[in-house]
Amino acid sequence: MVAQTRPRSPHVQIYRPQLTSVLSFSHRLTGIALSIGSVLLVIWLIAAASGAPTYAGLQAFLDSWLGLALLFVWTFSLFYHLCNGIRHLFWDGVYGLELGPIYLSGWAVVLASVALTLTAWIAGIIMVL
Amino acid sequence: MNRRDTRTPLHRAMGLGSAKDYTAHWWSQRVSAVALVPLLLWFTASLIALAGGDYQAFIAWLQEPLTTILMVLLLIALFRHTVLGLEVIVEDYIHSRGLKVIAIVLIQFSGFALAVAGILAILSIAFGR
Repeated sequence: MVAQTRPRSPHVQIYRPQLTSVLSFSHRLTGIALSIGSVLLVIWLIAAASGAPTYAGLQAFLDSWLGLALLFVWTFSLFYHLCNGIRHLFWDGVYGLELGPIYLSGWAVVLASVALTLTAWIAGIIMVL
Repeated sequence: MNRRDTRTPLHRAMGLGSAKDYTAHWWSQRVSAVALVPLLLWFTASLIALAGGDYQAFIAWLQEPLTTILMVLLLIALFRHTVLGLEVIVEDYIHSRGLKVIAIVLIQFSGFALAVAGILAILSIAFGR
């Protein structure tokens, strides 16, 4: 295919972001983040299978600020993608496709993702202390 | 239209359209998604319950028969869903035929290899190396 060198009109740069488009893009973005996370998941399991010293090494990274930050991003991505995924499944059942319900469910997804992430982390911190 | 397939013979032979044949992909994505909802909720809750515990506690948890089974199921569903999702992203953004083939092959190989690696790690812990 010949590379397109003709100028094109602005689209993504100029179209006003809306809840619908932002959540849709976020669904894809969190999906990508989770894909990367799944690699870490397997590394974590292999480390556990490799014995206590190897596992301790990985655990040390996960306990660091960078590790905790990555885990936080991963858990939020997980809960967001999960909640929005369920929203998608309702749409697949041709349910809730009107604009009102789409916005309602959209905000519900955002709230639920934040709430679930905070709940999970608070519960985890309580367990550690 | 009475024909099940409205494509012309040439269309069918060349598999035109970026996704080529999407129905099986669509269903597999939804089925793996539905499986992942309970599996991931269980996994997250388990991780929170394990927080603050040591290596031995983690290994003991993985060695419980129900845990072993659910973790294997989780990895199968997770990588199925992940590979399908990443393929859709490739279809949307990569239009060069060569690059698309390379990308899809890489995604398929990595997904399969990671799933196998993860399952083997789980089993080696479960059967007590």
